[in-house]
Amino acid sequence: MNRSLTWRAAIMSLVIFFVFVLAWHLATRGTGTVQQMSPEYAKLMGLTATQGKSAMPGPLDVGAKLWEHARHPFYDNGPNDKGVGIQLAYSIARVFLGYGLAVLFAVPIGFLIGMSPLMSKALDPFIQVLKPISPLAWMPLALYTIKDSALSSIFVIFICSLWPTMINTAFGVAQVRKEWLNVAKTLEVGTFRRAFTIILPAAAPTILTGMRISIGIAWLVIVAAEMLVGGTGIGYFVWNEWNNLSITNVIVAILLIGVVGMLLDLILARLTRLVTFPE
Amino acid sequence: MTGFISIEGISRQYGTAPAIFDDLWLSMQRGEFVCVIGHSGCGKTTVLNILAGLDTPSTGTVIVDGKAIEGPSLDRAVIFQGHSLLPWRTVMGNVAYAVTSRHRDWKSAQVEAHAQKFIDLVGLTGAEHKRPAELSGGMKQRVGIARALSIEPKIMLMDEPFSALDALTRGTLQDEVRRICTDTGQTVFMITHDVDEAIYLADKVVLMTNGPGAVLAEIVENPLPKDRARADFHKHPLYYAVRNHIIDFLVTRSRGFMQEQGATFDPRNVAIVRPGLLDPPLEGEGIGRLRRPFLKERTPI
Repeated sequence: MNRSLTWRAAIMSLVIFFVFVLAWHLATRGTGTVQQMSPEYAKLMGLTATQGKSAMPGPLDVGAKLWEHARHPFYDNGPNDKGVGIQLAYSIARVFLGYGLAVLFAVPIGFLIGMSPLMSKALDPFIQVLKPISPLAWMPLALYTIKDSALSSIFVIFICSLWPTMINTAFGVAQVRKEWLNVAKTLEVGTFRRAFTIILPAAAPTILTGMRISIGIAWLVIVAAEMLVGGTGIGYFVWNEWNNLSITNVIVAILLIGVVGMLLDLILARLTRLVTFPE
Repeated sequence: MTGFISIEGISRQYGTAPAIFDDLWLSMQRGEFVCVIGHSGCGKTTVLNILAGLDTPSTGTVIVDGKAIEGPSLDRAVIFQGHSLLPWRTVMGNVAYAVTSRHRDWKSAQVEAHAQKFIDLVGLTGAEHKRPAELSGGMKQRVGIARALSIEPKIMLMDEPFSALDALTRGTLQDEVRRICTDTGQTVFMITHDVDEAIYLADKVVLMTNGPGAVLAEIVENPLPKDRARADFHKHPLYYAVRNHIIDFLVTRSRGFMQEQGATFDPRNVAIVRPGLLDPPLEGEGIGRLRRPFLKERTPI
């Protein structure tokens, strides 16, 4: 029953995919009228004007481009012509750095907030003000103080990954069942051991959920940050290809951003499942 | 005379509300099994938490083995109402956690061997690697019992340990707790709502009046023989005398107890009653013949 549902869903997904691709193909087949012009003039004009080709690339163009990128993902022909694999690697590295740093800060601070009602109340106004700030708003300040565009983008990832993890950690820690804490108390378990053997495993699913939200936001923000700072990264690649007016490459990049984001989420989902315990 | 456990004039008050219970005095001997019965809200669980060191009395103290209680201790194991196992640990993991807490310097093999002994004792051999979610309610509570026993405490505190179980499972677990506690001479303080459970398990049944302002009204000494068995303890001639006395108290007397007693009530010397028995018991006449439902006597604690 369940299995057949999975199969039917998979078939349905394929049908939707093909309908979409077909519609896309038909829509971009090119219907424009072709004007008569001198060959010299035609050379200056795009294919839209000379052959009636749609300005929007069709699925076949994107597929061909994707194949081209897949065959040479890591070529490097100078600053403005690097393989899409290299660009993605830059972005992922930045996300991991900023995100990793954020987790290192957020989990202990979240622990402190969750365990101490005093710190929870004291830090609350700061968190409430800092949390809704768009991470990109920090960019000028980061550029001014850090004076390094690559580090600034990492900082922006750091600051946007911080809050969901911190808030979830605090919540998870504060919500640890009193009966489990009482077990630790009656067994005379010390504060340090209690934190690692009771609170951490009990709060781990909530903490991981926060980390999962964080990595999602980090991946959203890196594209925008790289558009701003430029140089390398998938965000820069998108902007660069826009300037080249290569819509095909832009679409390819959009697809890749989606796939990588999904993979990152999948990894965190797996990790969450590892620490989740049935009750 | 002071006992192994001596509850001395404790009361518990939250804020300015009237005390939940007031001026409780109780003395327990080593190896005694004491059950507390009272209506909800009389503060039974609070008393247990105070004994466990998880709560502190507003006034009074509790002395265990010559020392006043200052917080929780490995000498006093608690079996909680909900099983309160750590769901991310296996059966072995849960028991071993308690064992390592008791014996910090033990090697893991030693810890496991010790934990295994108590897992076997409660009849969970073969389920060591299951997680609590895979266990039935009765099995979970068994793990809780194994965990409490594994630290070899001086006192076991049980807060309605079987109330969430079905009647059959409850019966089996009562048998086992009784067997283990009699074999090891364990001192037990247990809260229950179940009169039969109290009569089957306890040496003394402590009756509490309704809260707020609950007091410890009477101590019922169980007249049934120590070697009573589940199969026929309810056929013992004195069984109904005890049962009726406790139920009468819960149904009719627990509310108006203080008016009944008036100014003569002395919380330090509550009545000890032996339902169905005259003191001294009349020889020859046989205990089979029911005498007056109970006889009150005042003995200083």
